[in-house]
Amino acid sequence: MSDTSDRIERDITINAPLERVWELITQPEHVGRWFGDAGAEIDLRPGGAMSLSWADHGTVHGRVERVEPMTLFSYRWEVASAGTTLVEFTLAASGDGTRLHVTESGFDALEGAEEKRRALYDDHVGGWGVELGHLAEHSRVHV
Amino acid sequence: MTEDVFVALADPTRRRVLDLLATRGEATATSLAAELPVSRVAVIKHLAVLDRAGLVASHRAGREVRFAVRPEQLQATASWLSRLAADWDARLAAIKRMAEQT
Repeated sequence: MSDTSDRIERDITINAPLERVWELITQPEHVGRWFGDAGAEIDLRPGGAMSLSWADHGTVHGRVERVEPMTLFSYRWEVASAGTTLVEFTLAASGDGTRLHVTESGFDALEGAEEKRRALYDDHVGGWGVELGHLAEHSRVHV
Repeated sequence: MTEDVFVALADPTRRRVLDLLATRGEATATSLAAELPVSRVAVIKHLAVLDRAGLVASHRAGREVRFAVRPEQLQATASWLSRLAADWDARLAAIKRMAEQT
């Protein structure tokens, strides 16, 4: 874990037990409700196939990476036509509730060359979104 | 979102080129090279990568070729990334709602 740019990190505290949150993020009947809106399929084991469906966008395919019950669930899924990113959920008990942390990473993996990967890691501590947003705004003034 | 955009933006010199172009509005490869620690030939190569990614456009003015930023692709990339983050916020909120329902 680090402050790399090609990574989106979010977390939330949920007033429900670990077991409940684990179910919601790993069981297809639940995932099909909060992720896609047209169902999901998850073969819950490393290497297992998964698919997430949207009424408007069709189906996105993925592959399960790690399954550590109540602790960690990760998978790779297709991002646009550019390759795959890694989505990783980690869970931890927090008082009576659960802290759920999600990371989506691997925009670097869309690149082939090592130097480009490194450039992505090193040069964007502030985050892509902000930097590009500023640059885009800046550009608009002149064009 | 194309892979080309990420490849193009991954390089610090190319981002510097974009910055310079954004600041000036337009510039030639020669004037860009004057402000960068790389040769004019290198600048031309970087501009070609940026061009392929749809990040810059060029036009001929007399004997010069002038380059300018095309903001559409940058805006698309920026909004794509912030949208991904917003998507996760919405999903986590939905998980929380579902988990806390009794």
